[in-house]
This record gives sequence, C-alpha cells and structure tokens, in this order.
Amino acid sequence: MPRRLGKLGLVGAVVALVLAACGGPNEGGGSSGGGAQGTGPITFVAGKDTSGKYPKVIEKWNAAHPNEKVSMIELPEAADAQRSGFVTNLQAKSDKYDVLGIDVVWTAEFAKSGWLVELDQSQFQLAQMLKPAVDTGMFEGKLWAVPYDTNGGLLFYRKDILDKAGKKPPTTFDELKALCPLAKQNNIDCYAGQFFKYEGLTVNFAEAVQAAGGEIMTDNGTKVALGAPAVQGLSVLADGFKQGEIPKQAITYKEQESQRAFVSGKLMFLRNWPYVYALAAKDEPANKVRGKFGVAPLPGISGPGSSSLGGLNFAVSAYSKKQKTAIEFVKFATNQENAKEMVLLTGNAPAWTDLYNDPELVKKYAHLPILLEGLQQAKPRPVTPYYQEVTSAIQEDAYAALQGQKSPDQAVTDLTTKLNEIAQGG
Amino acid sequence: MATTTATTRPAVRARPQSRRGGFLRERGWLLLGVAFIAVYCLAPFYWMIVSSLKANPLLDRALFPKNPTLVNYQEVFSGENNFQYALRNSVIVAGLTTVVALLIGVFAAYALARLQFRSKKLVLGAVLATAMFPLIALLTPLFQLFSNLGLIDTYPPMIITDISFTLPLAIYVLTSFFSEMPWELEMAAKVDGATPGQAFRKVIVPIAAPGVFTSAIIVFIAAWNEFLIAYTMTQTLASQPVTVAIAKFTGVSRFEQPFGTIMAAGVLVTIPLVILVLLFQRRIVAGLTAGGVKG
Amino acid sequence: MTVATETVHPARVRRGGPARTSEGRRAEARLAFRLLIPTGIVLAVIIAYPVVRAIWLSLYSDARFGTPEFVGIRNYLRAFTGTGSGVFWQAFWFTTLLTLVTMAFELVVGFGMALIMNKAFRGRGLVRASVLVPWAIPTAVSAKLWEWNFQPDGVVNQIFRLDVIWTGSHWPSFWAIVIADVWKTAPFIALLVLAGLQIIPNEVYEAARVDGATALQSFWRITLPLVKSAVIVAVLFRMLDVLRIFDLPFILTNGANQTETLSTIAYKEAIQNLHPSYGSTLSTITFAYIIVAAFLVNWIAKADVVKTAERGVK
Repeated sequence: MPRRLGKLGLVGAVVALVLAACGGPNEGGGSSGGGAQGTGPITFVAGKDTSGKYPKVIEKWNAAHPNEKVSMIELPEAADAQRSGFVTNLQAKSDKYDVLGIDVVWTAEFAKSGWLVELDQSQFQLAQMLKPAVDTGMFEGKLWAVPYDTNGGLLFYRKDILDKAGKKPPTTFDELKALCPLAKQNNIDCYAGQFFKYEGLTVNFAEAVQAAGGEIMTDNGTKVALGAPAVQGLSVLADGFKQGEIPKQAITYKEQESQRAFVSGKLMFLRNWPYVYALAAKDEPANKVRGKFGVAPLPGISGPGSSSLGGLNFAVSAYSKKQKTAIEFVKFATNQENAKEMVLLTGNAPAWTDLYNDPELVKKYAHLPILLEGLQQAKPRPVTPYYQEVTSAIQEDAYAALQGQKSPDQAVTDLTTKLNEIAQGG
Repeated sequence: MATTTATTRPAVRARPQSRRGGFLRERGWLLLGVAFIAVYCLAPFYWMIVSSLKANPLLDRALFPKNPTLVNYQEVFSGENNFQYALRNSVIVAGLTTVVALLIGVFAAYALARLQFRSKKLVLGAVLATAMFPLIALLTPLFQLFSNLGLIDTYPPMIITDISFTLPLAIYVLTSFFSEMPWELEMAAKVDGATPGQAFRKVIVPIAAPGVFTSAIIVFIAAWNEFLIAYTMTQTLASQPVTVAIAKFTGVSRFEQPFGTIMAAGVLVTIPLVILVLLFQRRIVAGLTAGGVKG
Repeated sequence: MTVATETVHPARVRRGGPARTSEGRRAEARLAFRLLIPTGIVLAVIIAYPVVRAIWLSLYSDARFGTPEFVGIRNYLRAFTGTGSGVFWQAFWFTTLLTLVTMAFELVVGFGMALIMNKAFRGRGLVRASVLVPWAIPTAVSAKLWEWNFQPDGVVNQIFRLDVIWTGSHWPSFWAIVIADVWKTAPFIALLVLAGLQIIPNEVYEAARVDGATALQSFWRITLPLVKSAVIVAVLFRMLDVLRIFDLPFILTNGANQTETLSTIAYKEAIQNLHPSYGSTLSTITFAYIIVAAFLVNWIAKADVVKTAERGVK
C-alpha cells in the first residue's frame, strides 16, 4: 500500500516538475516574426467607459476597412486592474492584444520590457500636439505611444462665495489659505485634493513639488531630483492638514470622494481632473453647486502652479501578428478629426493644440482654455521603467507626512533614499 | 452515539420545573437571537437594496429611498453591461465546478472515511496543504499553462482551477461527515432484507444528504464568488462571470464608480443564491427525518 | 438508531466495518487508491505545479531587464532580516493579529447563530436563508459596500453617530477590516457547525434533560464534543483563508497605516513591481506559516482530524 501511494506521489511530483520545466519564461502564445507586416482583423484593448467614444471611432474604421476590422476588448476602469490585465497578457507574449490603450505612466516600463513596437515619429504630426503630452509617449528618445487624450489638474472653486466677498480665485497656496476663513464662515471645508494612499496621491504630491519649482526624478528616471522644493511643497499640504485648512477626512479622498464633497457643496476649493466640470454643471437635485462654481489653473507655491500630466496613449503590442494594421489604426484613432469628436463627447483634454481654440469645442466646454494654460506648464510623473516601485515609495512617505507621522523633511529624505535604491536597478 | 443510552442512568432526580414559565423564557431568548441574526445579516444587505434603488446613492443618504427608481437595474442589463451573459457564465462555471468537485470529493471522502489504508494521514495532510498556498502566486504560471493550451477566454480554466481550490475543503467536510455517519444502518437494512441498491438509496443517501448538500453549497458559493482566476483567464463576455463583469462597471469617467449599478448587480447576484439555498436546506432537513434517525 | 444497533449481531458490525482479512486489506487499499486518483490529478496539475514553480523561482533573483541568477536563500534573508524586513514583519504581525481576532469573533457569532438555527421553530428556513446572505454576496461587491460604508460620511458613522475616519489610521482600519470580514464569513462557520449539530439526535438531549442536566451542562458535555470535528474543520479552513486575506485590506486601505497583509505584499511584489522571484518568496513563506499554524490548531484542539475521521464518534 505505501508503495501505491508512493507511486501516486511520484507521478504527481514528476508531472509537476515537467510542467514547471516546460512553463519557463520563453513559453508563450505569440511569435514576432511575421508580425511587423501583418494585416488583418485586430483587437483594441482599453479601459471601459460609458461615453461611447471608442465605439464611434471603431465604427468609422470598420466601415472603411472591412478586412481589417477592429474589435474592442474592455478592461475594468480601475488603473491597477487594467495594468495587471495588460501585464499578464504581455508577459505571456500573447498575440491576442494588438492595440493597447495605456496610461501615460506605463510607457517607460512597457517600452523597456520590450512589449511595445517602436513607432516611426515621422508618421504622426507630433509637432501639432502638446509637447508634454507627446513626451509621455517617448522613452530614451524613441516614440512608443501616441497621445489619444491628455489630462491636467484644475482648481474648482465656489464662485458664489468668492464673488460675495469680492475676491478673485487664488493663484498661490498662500492666497488660497488666506481665503479659508470664508469657508469657515459658510460652514464648509476649505481645500481638498486626493490624499488616499494610491496613485492620486502621487499626482497631488508631484503637483505640490512642481508648484515649488521642483521635480521628482530626471534623466529617464536615473537621477533623483528631490530637494528643498519637495520639502516646501509637502509642507504646504502637511500643514494644511495640521491647521485644518484641509479637512481630516480628506486623507481618505480619491477623485470620487473629493468630487462628491465639492458637488454636494461641502468644499470651497477642489483640485481634480476636468471631468468634474460636467458633474458640477449637471442638473440634478443632489448637485448643490450648479451655476455657482468656477475653474482656475492650479495654485503655485513659489512659482506658478503646475499640473501633473494624465491621459491615455495608444501603443502597439510587440507580440501582435498584425502590426501594420495596428499602427494604421493608431494613426487613425489619434488624428485631429477623431480627437475633436472625442472632446465633444467627453470634455476630456485633447492632445492637439489647435482644438483648444476651436469655437465649437470651447462653446460646449468653457474650461478648455484654462486647461490649455495649465497643460502647457504640466510635467509628467517620473518617467522610469520602475514606475510602480517609484509611485509606491512616494505614496508611503507622502501619506506618512500628511498624517503627521513624519516631518516633511524626514519624509523627503527617506523618499530620496528609497528612490535612489530603485533607480539603481529596482 | 448509540452508547450513551446504554449506560446506566443515575437515579432520576425529579426537578420541579415550571414548564410554562421556562418554555416562554426560552422562546423569548430564541426570539432575541433570531432578531439579532436577522439584523446582523440583513442590515447591510438592506442598505445594498436601498442604494440600488436610488438614482444617486452616493449623495443621497436617506435610510429609505424617497423616489425609488429602477434605473440602476436597467443599467445593469443595458447594452453597456450586458449582465445577462455574465450571469449565464457564472451559473455554468459554478454549477459545473460544484458537480465535478463533489463527484471527485465524494469518492475521495469515501476512501478516507470508510476504507483502511496506510498513509491516510499523509493524503489528508497533502490535500489540506494544497489549500494553503496563496492564490496570487499561482496566477502567472496558470495563465501561461492555459494560454499555451489556447484556452484563454473559455470556461475550462476557471472550472478546473475552481475545482482545485474548493476540492480540499469539500473533501474535508465530506470526510468528517462520512466518518460520523451511522454506516451500521446499511448493514441493518441488508440484514432486514434490503438489496444493496435499496439499502444505498433508502438508508445511505438520505443520511449522507446533509453533508453532501452542505459541501455543495460551500463549493458553489466559493466558485460563484471567485474573482482573481476569472479575471486572469477571461477577456470578453463570452466567458466572464459576474465578479469580473461587476469590476468592469464604470461611470461617466474612469474615476467614478457607479455605486448604484454595482449594488444593483450585487442584489441580482445574491438573490438566486439565497433561493437556491432555501431549496436545498429543505432537502437537508428532509434527509435527516427520512433516514434511520428515529429508528 | 439505538433500536437498530441492538437488533444487529454485534460481531458482524465492528467499528470501521466488516472484518478485514489481509487480502481484503489489499483490495481495500487498491480501491482507495483508485478513488483518490481524480483528486490527485487535479491537485497535482493545478496546485502542485505552480507551487513547485513558485518555490523554484524564489531561489532566483529578480532581474526585470536582465537575466535572473541563482541566489539560493538570499530572498528569504531579505524578507526576514534584510531590506524587505520592515515591510515583511509588519505584514506578518498584522496578519497574525487579524487572524486571531477575526477567528475569535467569527467562532462566537457563528456558533451562536448555529445554535439558534438548530432549534425547531417556524420560519427556520427563512432564518437560515438570511444567514447565508452575507456569504453569498460576491466578495467584490461586499468589499465595495464596506469601503463605502466606512467612509467618513458613510452609513456606519451615520447610524452610530460617530466621527471616525475608519481608513485613516491603524486601529480604525483594523476594526473596519475585522467587522467587514466577520460579517461576511461568520455564516460559513454557522453553516458547518449547524450541519454538525443536526446529526446529533434529539434523544440524546432528551435523555440528558430527564437526567436533570441544565442547558449549559447539555451544551458543554454533549453539544461541544459532538460538534468538535465540524468546528475544527470550519476553524481550520477559515484560518487558512484569513491568513491569506487580500481583498479587504487592498480595497479598504491599500495597505496604508501599516495594514499590509502577507498577501497584499506578495501581490504588490509579484504583480505590481513585477518581481516574480521575491513575490514567490513571500508566498512561500506565507505557505510555510500557514502549515505551521494548521499544525498548531490541530495540536491545541487536541483533535486529530484524521483520527476523528477514522474512528467515528465515541
């Protein structure tokens, strides 16, 4: 009997080992050989959204290219889930994903991992797009992804309260904090951004550092540039918590919670993405700020405010077997005409500079010119293939500083050490 | 169990019990307990239902919806979400997982509970050990395995993987049930003249029912709730179950989560399960009373 | 039941079945082997293979853009005493504390629910169905529900008139996770214990009552020993689950405020940072820890789950 069971165990172990050996890193579903010239039906993979912008552009393409139809594979809207969806597929070298709609911060990582096809810069009219947006698709001087839309932070404020007091929207944080007594008088909170421990915190931290004239990393993520500006920027936020200008519950805020606080009338100043504009203008009973709010560029600290760059880029998978079609689709979907349609539908910021002056668009979305101002000063978050570790480290220390567990000085010092380690090679 | 009644009893001590008083008191406690259970289990669910009936649940915090609306439910089945496909997928995956896992589990449990062989401890230990490894670490190799087999976005990867992580628990529960069962009754029935088939059907099956149905419920719900494997192995509604579909619900922007719709989907997904269990639990009770318990 | 056994010839019905000759033993063993083959195959392919691969990987270095090299136990040293030790030990202690507290509450609540559900009364079916509701709600939905409930302006603060920022600091986060987890999984324990309770025939309680036992004595001397094995199974499997808890801390706090668990750090290393080797190391350590914990539970409960399985109930 033990022999029997022993045999069973042995069989099991052998099976396990054989599979383990076969399942080595080079096993994969795709090959790259004929991919570069391949044409045919392709898949377009991006996060889901309800605006209808993707179906529109896909429909147009499919009508013109019946033999190279595009079908969409939707990923969850949460950035983390999206990334793991892409990573699982790309690590397995699967040919199922052709065109990828990737977040601006993933370019360096995906490019360095060899997952993307290098794009020919001359095929895209990059000069007519906003330089910061184009930069998010570049890494080591090469083009890996083309901007589909971009995104910058805006300061939403309660126009009714400021007007009543005869004040103008603040251009620096000092001015903003000076206006906080007004908020107290009206029994609402003063300022909030996104301060929960997640990617949004990195955005807010980066904007604070940039507002003080600093940067986080330079040279393709090989040098850490944190210094006095970082301490200054972080202090402004940390002090805001300590002194009550930022309500203590803001430590749990992501975009949705902060937007909610503003739209239900409980917040005077809000830093958020432009999508809030449509929600704050919506005609529904729960919206308490309709017609009472305004939009301004982000406040600065020792210089003008500078937004962190968001947005979506389109890239082509290195394991796609139909790269020719994929590249053509990317060209099509990111052209000016389709970009305009996208803006009309969503109010998102386009990458094409001309569109910001387009009368039709500005009529519908009054915040566009202000957005343009901000975007021209915007900077991307650290461009590094180790972005995931970098953002984790930033979130750790920034969060600790905001909670008062570390002094901003200490936080920046610790963060610098960690980032240096990561820059050495993860 | 049989032996307790065979021991000699100590002298009977008459305890004057105020029967009615004690009875009412017991009922009182019972009622309190039931009330506690109901509130504990259902209050958050009530909140889910209420939220799903509000147009803007995040901003509207009333404990009872003033203008209940079905707009969230419509959204769930709309062209955007097509939840009905996800429901179909979940039913198939969870159903097949349960059937196969129980089949395999019953065989294994019978061997472990009724048959004698050495290394039984080793087998049980090994089975238990497979339930201990963090699922996260299994994702990438399993994805590669199924990708090589061309099975991504189909049912088999989910079913097979779900079986493997519910099997240990099913085997354990079944084994512990089977070992407590009064198998002697089968003997008794045969001695009384029943054929092996009759003995099995009329005696064993009803007594085994509670254990088998309990395991079935556990396995079904575990497979129904599973997210990570389903998310990794599927790409479209051809095979995505409800857990993944819900994760993909989105609002007007990628930063907004449609709470109303998510709650609506949650309600839709829970109620059939509860009905299922209501059906099964009658079987469990029936199994007990029909079997040889009363002799 | 008692009647049945008394009419059967005792010699024919011994514990564990009919008499076994050595030939019979071998046949039995063969049958057992055959019955166990499907289990063996499924578990070997789906679990054993990735586990072996993970352990193998943990002995290599993570070189994202280079080639991994064999480093032996260096990853383990990094977790225990090296650069990863801060994060690792925080996750370790937090996971342990979470497990102990959650299990305690679940056991009490679950057992209580089972006892109540076991009593015969009308509407019992509905009570049982409602007990299953928390457990039947998909984890994804329930985690979002609790995330929302524990917001500063959420329903928990609203109903209990509190002003706690649940996900804003360590202990409130801890209790938020405990509450959300116990709510969802106490029914699991309740169900298993209930099934165990239902096998106990009423005559046993009747006899005890006639003998003058109080409710408490009945519970202590009769109920507990007889449901012991069901409880052990429930506790064991719940413990395995809680030690690997991932969804709740990930969604509620994203590991902030020192609420990382062993699974969240393993996930972050393996999937976010794309360090499969270090991630496998953390998973393997978790695995070893769970094995040890399982042994401990088995030993402390003075239960030998296998023995109970073998000998039936005395």
